[in-house]
Amino acid sequence: MAANAIYKTRPLECWGKAKEIRRKYYEDYAQAHERGGIRWAGGAWTFGAIPCGLGDDVHSITSEPYGASIAADKKFSIRCLEATERAGYARDLCSYMRNYWGSILLDEYLWGGPFPKPDFLWQDHICCSHAKWYQVVNDLEGGVPHFSIDVAVGPYGEINENKLSYLVGQMHDGIDWLEKVTGRAYDDEKLIEAVYNECRSTALWAEICCLNKAKPAPLEEKTMFSLYVLGTLMKHSKVVADFYEELRDEVRDRVENQIAAIPNERCRLMSDTQPPWGFLKVFRYLEEFGAISVGSLYTFGLIGMWEVKPDGTWGPRTTPQEKGLRIETRDEALRVLADWNLSKPEWQHFYSPHLKTEMMVRIAREWALDGVMLHYNRGCEGLSLGIAENRLGLIDAGFPVMTFEGNMGDEREFDLARTMARIDSFMETLGVKRDRVQGSPH
Amino acid sequence: MITAGIDMGSKTVKVVILRDGEMVGKGMMVAGFESRAAAEAAFAAASEEAGIKVDEVQHIVATGAGRKFAPYTERSVTDVASDVKGAMALYPGARTVIDVGAEEGRAIRCNAEGKVLDFALNEKCAAGAGAFTEAMSRALEVEIEKLGEMSLKSRNAVPMNAQCAVFAESEVVSLLHAKTPKEDIARAVHDAIASRIVSLARKVGFEPEVILIGGVAHNVGFVDSLGKALQCEVTIPNDPEYIGAYGAALAATEE
Repeated sequence: MAANAIYKTRPLECWGKAKEIRRKYYEDYAQAHERGGIRWAGGAWTFGAIPCGLGDDVHSITSEPYGASIAADKKFSIRCLEATERAGYARDLCSYMRNYWGSILLDEYLWGGPFPKPDFLWQDHICCSHAKWYQVVNDLEGGVPHFSIDVAVGPYGEINENKLSYLVGQMHDGIDWLEKVTGRAYDDEKLIEAVYNECRSTALWAEICCLNKAKPAPLEEKTMFSLYVLGTLMKHSKVVADFYEELRDEVRDRVENQIAAIPNERCRLMSDTQPPWGFLKVFRYLEEFGAISVGSLYTFGLIGMWEVKPDGTWGPRTTPQEKGLRIETRDEALRVLADWNLSKPEWQHFYSPHLKTEMMVRIAREWALDGVMLHYNRGCEGLSLGIAENRLGLIDAGFPVMTFEGNMGDEREFDLARTMARIDSFMETLGVKRDRVQGSPH
Repeated sequence: MITAGIDMGSKTVKVVILRDGEMVGKGMMVAGFESRAAAEAAFAAASEEAGIKVDEVQHIVATGAGRKFAPYTERSVTDVASDVKGAMALYPGARTVIDVGAEEGRAIRCNAEGKVLDFALNEKCAAGAGAFTEAMSRALEVEIEKLGEMSLKSRNAVPMNAQCAVFAESEVVSLLHAKTPKEDIARAVHDAIASRIVSLARKVGFEPEVILIGGVAHNVGFVDSLGKALQCEVTIPNDPEYIGAYGAALAATEE
């Protein structure tokens, strides 16, 4: 350990398992047909528990994590982006979407071989890009049955029975549609199991994020990106729920034994929106200053499900099984699934930037932050909407804010050197000096 | 004690040498493609003016966009830090420092102790920096040194909507074709860049005393537009382009 290290640190023991789950997910999707199974595609926000009722051999590919994985491979990403632009799509569209379309247009799967065509598309309309995404996929793939659920019913605080029924009704229609396009009988027991798993995995992720309130933080955000992603792939699966339980136990042990994510934590930050995936070294750069990003509304709230606890702080949402609720029917399962997903924090700020500011200020206070780094992300209009308002709200609440422009999935719109120079200035503003540490496990 | 500051700017390299905190020499060279060689030449010029040899300088600190490539230096400070340090040394009442250089425009708010409270930079865009005025002077076929004086003769405010140097150039060309007087176009150019800079200043919540530094502070047309847009007095030090290097040289005295 270096002389300037304050805390013990070590790599996560379950890191290898996380990587293996992710690898197998993409392999299962690609090889599903060879095993007599079914492939479907949809967004990470879609109600992925529902196709589980078609059987255990039904495998998905979620679009945003796939687009992000492409972005991390700069050579392939630029080929995908240029293929999409050659096809006539504008450069200012969602960059995940452009990477994804490019992979189809090139007919190249990121992990080798041709792009595996899905058997059906199962999507929901969380933003205008998601609404159009699979319409274009359908065109590019030469016709793939497509079902999409409209979720625009307002923030969770204003949900009522009618709004919930609007979603649940579409889900029932969707199950009828799934039976029709796949020719398979639907198994409600598998749906119920998937709903239980989804509630368990997403509450567990929130619990893991809560453990990062500890000083020193047991996890830093670059690592969290590789862990939360499992929820974006298959939050409804037993594999992910079980993994998050194992991870929760390990992180809890790190907190109890003061095992830090970085050995020199002196400054706690959070980020916002998707990071520039090809340049995650920015988070490592922070460590030179003893600064750590302990998360963000994005990493906490895209997969984590939260509620306000009796003491007024944020904690994991109580699952139906913890409440002793037993799901007996398809309708009950769909109702739980709809209600659970509509409470997703990342959904709320599509309706108002002030809802997002409230959540961000809450995180800044409860996670005891010294500052905030906001990514003005040109690649995602949905999550960047109102971010300048969030900046003002955080400053009003007393938190220094640094902004940087970039793009989560298009490296042409990110300037690493200037971003690092900006971090240098921000660190000076926070009174933090550079502090090279040799003891980091990363 | 003899110290020096090197400001490795994107267009020019500036060097300031201090003897016991007093400026005794300065030098500036175009950075070009060999910025390190330019810095050595600027250092030689500053040393000659100061009447010293390079190895007599005890501590040297770099700043500026290319600070990692500066010769002779032991350490570096950011542009934001050196700007504030330099401006506060000259004007202890400074609370907002606006630096408009060739590539970057920035606004910095600081407190009475010189601590930076907030800062804002123009993003990946030339429209808030000196490169913008240079491009517009080329489009107008007017020497950059004369653009400022020319704009002060304007009698009509011509709105320029462009927020981008490329689009602004085509707008200038359109105005020329419409027989708009060059004086009015020059003023429009300065109003446009001032508008960009004021938006940065508002972002950090500017308060007086406002100090304007950087090479563009020599442009009287821009200064006039900025003062009107800010609606407050703007103080410009002598040699405004050297303030970053001066701040770095002051930082070197803290070694």
